[in-house]
Amino acid sequence: MKITSDHFLEHADAALADPDKAQRRDLLGLFMPLARDAAAARYGDFEALRVHLKQVRRHTMEHLEHYLTRFEEEALRNGNQVHFAATPEQLNSTVLSICQDHGARRVAKGKSMVTEETALNDHLQQAGLDVIETDLGEYIIQQAGETPSHIVGPALHKSLAEIRQLFLDRHDLGERPLEQVADIVAEARGILREQFLQAEVGIIGANALVAENGSTMLVTNEGNGDLCANLPPVLIVCTTLERILPRVEDAMALQRLLVRSATGQPQTSYTSFYSGPQRDDDVDGPLETHIILLDNKRTDILASDYSEILDCIRCGACLNHCPIYVGVGGHAYGWVYPGPMGSVLTPLLTSLEQSNDLPNACTSCGRCAEICPANIPLPDLLRDLRQEESQRQLNSPRWRRGLRVHAWFLRHPALYQRLSGWLMPVLAWLGKRRGSLRTLPFAAGWTGTRDFPAPEGGTFMRQYRKRGKVRRRRG
Amino acid sequence: MDNLKPKRKRTRARRDVALMVTCLADLMRPSVGFAAVRLLERAGCRVSVPDRQTCCGQPAYNSGDVNAAVPVAQAVIELFEPYDYVVIPSGSCAGMLCQHYPALFEGEWRERALALAAKTWELTRFLTEVAPLPSPKRRPLDAAVTYHDGCAGLREMEVKQQPRQLLLQQCGVEVKELAQTEVCCGFGGTFCTKMPAISSKMADDKLDNAVASGARLLLGGDLGCLLQLAGRARRRGLELEVRHVAEVLAGTPTGPGIGDPRR
Repeated sequence: MKITSDHFLEHADAALADPDKAQRRDLLGLFMPLARDAAAARYGDFEALRVHLKQVRRHTMEHLEHYLTRFEEEALRNGNQVHFAATPEQLNSTVLSICQDHGARRVAKGKSMVTEETALNDHLQQAGLDVIETDLGEYIIQQAGETPSHIVGPALHKSLAEIRQLFLDRHDLGERPLEQVADIVAEARGILREQFLQAEVGIIGANALVAENGSTMLVTNEGNGDLCANLPPVLIVCTTLERILPRVEDAMALQRLLVRSATGQPQTSYTSFYSGPQRDDDVDGPLETHIILLDNKRTDILASDYSEILDCIRCGACLNHCPIYVGVGGHAYGWVYPGPMGSVLTPLLTSLEQSNDLPNACTSCGRCAEICPANIPLPDLLRDLRQEESQRQLNSPRWRRGLRVHAWFLRHPALYQRLSGWLMPVLAWLGKRRGSLRTLPFAAGWTGTRDFPAPEGGTFMRQYRKRGKVRRRRG
Repeated sequence: MDNLKPKRKRTRARRDVALMVTCLADLMRPSVGFAAVRLLERAGCRVSVPDRQTCCGQPAYNSGDVNAAVPVAQAVIELFEPYDYVVIPSGSCAGMLCQHYPALFEGEWRERALALAAKTWELTRFLTEVAPLPSPKRRPLDAAVTYHDGCAGLREMEVKQQPRQLLLQQCGVEVKELAQTEVCCGFGGTFCTKMPAISSKMADDKLDNAVASGARLLLGGDLGCLLQLAGRARRRGLELEVRHVAEVLAGTPTGPGIGDPRR
């Protein structure tokens, strides 16, 4: 997927100017946190579960090689073929060569953010394959030629009316009302059922990889993942290294956190473990199964100060709780992963040069860290990225100079107090009639959208000193 | 000698408190500083305002310029460490001292930062948990009041019920709660000028909720948020008076609200 994160501010302005979409995002930002909170409260000790999974995740990441080796051994024993891909290109070419080995023409895909990251669909389509997305949200945006705006609900930005019109335009099914949500879902189901049956290769992602038995876990609400995995003769699981967990019970702990954090459900409709190809006494299932483990800079991140972002379980709760994500929507972020987790991941998986606005799209309000099921200190990681921007001089030189001058004054209190003691009464005088200033030199960033409240007059320190009460030095 | 004893006891019981005024109260709204002094004295504290105080260094720190923030933090630690308590009329600056200063250092300075953090309090929490205000002898405040929870106060300093409790006990007012009260107002320090369109959208959401609450007076514990909300309310022409909670707790305010014309 082409990255346009360096246009974050322009994307944001465009998003804010669309009231319909803004209103739908506001509803998302209102109701998803309520659903998540209610689900967490009903669970009981959700906090203990978060702490437990965090420990498991940290332990696993510290022993990544051990658990990956174990996973590979077990997966091979189950009859899978296991591939490691260092780069997105390697994942894409591995998938393509598997498809070509089987003379495949049609590929049915379940929802996978990893393959968005590698732009797999483009790669396969350029080689002449038909790729169909089977998650309803992914199907909708594929038909519309768009990209996901949310990692859990990729088509959340689209209205019912837009989807209806899209289906009327794209599906050659004659006159039909298609007014109810149920009609639209039924139409998509009818079309997708055919695709599952015709596809020669199925591709799915994974929410967890279980080292102790070599299986992969997937949670869905539509069951499309299971159809992709079981109907086509060849199955390819595209996933990344950091999905690995030691035991089945760890995957189940993750699932409990994931589902409640993502949608507020106590349980998704489907939670499936895929172990390998059809065995002799199985009645169905794929004949050949592949698991591709993508690195794409994960091992670099593991060795860096940002390793905790690898604990992310892709629930999307930080998006729903982030007032900036809710304000501007996922497309503004300009790549695959939006919101707080995306603002950390995008610079790490692409480059800080291409995405230097994203770590600044944060007020450090801390709401994401408060609810993150993986207890990732997202605002701290974003601040660390801003520090890196500052060190590598990627932020605006005006800002850097301004902050330097400000910090210099702070270290020279006598001068600071004399200067502010003079400046504030001037500003107070300028704003005395209105109580606030509509414009102020060098402060367009503030006064473009807000008045500047006039100061009251003399500074506190000056007034207090006049009363002879300031403590000069403590003896 | 005997009659000196109780006197000495009383002076020893008085808490020795240093007020960190905060840069925004110092520059923009000194009445918040004076209100804090009055409240602390009413709660029986001996209040000092150490000279040479400027700012906690958050602008540089949050913008990623840690090298600029470190000497500012060291100056604050040196200036305030002689006192028993440091009280700050801002959850955000208190959060900086308590949560972020220790993370800036290693070794001896880290110990000093931790020691300072241990005795640093946000104002309303201090006035409920350490030095409770005595019951007031005043008329109840006659205004419909709502309260904005600043994010750092809420999440870093555990400030939530304390200002509400003080408003009820001191002013006899029950806060009309904002919808989505735990969502950020869009100030975010330098964020508000880096991304003004998004920041103002967030302020608008907060202001719409404030108007919907039926309140006429919007209070909060952080001047950053309050300048943001007042500035946006003035631009939109909203009839909403915005004040720091300390101003109201210290006595019925006489001056104009933040950004309001002089009465």
